[in-house]
Amino acid sequence: MYPSRFGYESPKTVEEAVALLDAHGGEAKVLAGGQSLVPMMRLRFAAPEMIVDINGIEDLHYNRVEADGTVRIGALCRHEELEDNPAIAKAIPTIAAAAPLVADPIVRTRGTFVGSVCHADPQGDWAATMTALGGHIVAQGPKGKRDIPIAEFVIGPFQNTLAFNEIAVEAVIPAPKGVRVGNYLKLERRVGDFATASVAVTIDMQGDTVAYAGIALAGVGGRTINANEAASALVGKKLTAENIASVAAAVAAVAEPRTDHRGSADYKRQIVKTFVERILTGLLNTSQKAA
Amino acid sequence: MTSLYDEVQAAPGEGVPTRRVTIKVNGDDRTVDVEPRLLLAHLLRQGLKLTGTHTGCDTSNCGACTILFDGRPIKSCTMLAVQADGHSLETVEGLASASELHPIQEGFKQEHGLHCGFCTPGMMLAAKALLDKNDNPTEDEVRWALSGNLCRCTGYQNIVKSVLWAAEKMRAESK
Repeated sequence: MYPSRFGYESPKTVEEAVALLDAHGGEAKVLAGGQSLVPMMRLRFAAPEMIVDINGIEDLHYNRVEADGTVRIGALCRHEELEDNPAIAKAIPTIAAAAPLVADPIVRTRGTFVGSVCHADPQGDWAATMTALGGHIVAQGPKGKRDIPIAEFVIGPFQNTLAFNEIAVEAVIPAPKGVRVGNYLKLERRVGDFATASVAVTIDMQGDTVAYAGIALAGVGGRTINANEAASALVGKKLTAENIASVAAAVAAVAEPRTDHRGSADYKRQIVKTFVERILTGLLNTSQKAA
Repeated sequence: MTSLYDEVQAAPGEGVPTRRVTIKVNGDDRTVDVEPRLLLAHLLRQGLKLTGTHTGCDTSNCGACTILFDGRPIKSCTMLAVQADGHSLETVEGLASASELHPIQEGFKQEHGLHCGFCTPGMMLAAKALLDKNDNPTEDEVRWALSGNLCRCTGYQNIVKSVLWAAEKMRAESK
């Protein structure tokens, strides 16, 4: 299949790109990595009148860790640039753990972090990771930039809150409140398949006490599952076997899995519980070894 | 100059807007007029008659259409031809020289790394991307690098052996 007919522009600045979106009143789509958009256009699930290709806007191609630990990921940062990236691995272990599990190695050379968050696929690794990390998206429109907290950005399956004339130019992950640890586990039948269940966990430790805990799930509901409220029960406490077990049960309870060819709802809920326990126990063991 | 509409027609219809793009393909600059919706895999196959690049699944899953884009592997069915303007591509046709097979091709021959051959061009370019970065990969690293390419015949065993064979040969040649 090939896409239906569309116009194409490749602006060199974000301002030009925004002007193009504005001029096409909701009928234009931004093309970054294209690893979701192009297949959707080929299958005619999407038929935009205008494609605004932002790949020529070199200013958007970066990822960096600032002095205070804040991480900024530009709209053209490809998945593979977050793999084997020592600065990112140190700043945000959850991203380093998830990066090699996104799609497959070839898709990772093109697909972008910010694009994946915007796509808001309930199976998406990065929307879940950003939700656990409590980050925000910087959107740029005709009137300038605004910050959108991730919980107000990803609002449903394939739904984000960008206006038609806005571009998500950057993802921002706040500085840690202490020492940041975390992990990402995903069960998939084969590389590149949709996840049976995925769990993103990030924890900021102050000494042996939890200062921030974020957990989000992918693949176990009709949208990205935000389990941060269940995770927040850990804040102010130590990571103990008992606390871990109770949070794992609480997180599994907020999953919304459905029975399908990848497994029964009960099975997927059990995977979520096991993954949360496995990740937190691993973090506990690592921190005990370090101490 | 080649004009292209899409995979079913050789030329754009009357009044259909096209863009002129120049793409380096296996070292040669090629200038073509393309309609924006033309996919890169279709430009290569129908427009430039480089039919070594295969299209399998049409949904970015199978990796048969893998080529190198500025040296990195991409699935050419998931990129628009217009996006390649000013970039450099390598397809399976660029691997062998006039008289000699590339060591990766030789490896697939020596180790029987193919049955039907449909996935082979994509496999070889994914393997090239790996070996360009890592000349001494482990078996695991080879499997990892090829995990975006599907093969329905071999069970992958001999493909992995082929790539390891090529790596050894390329190391020996570079000494």
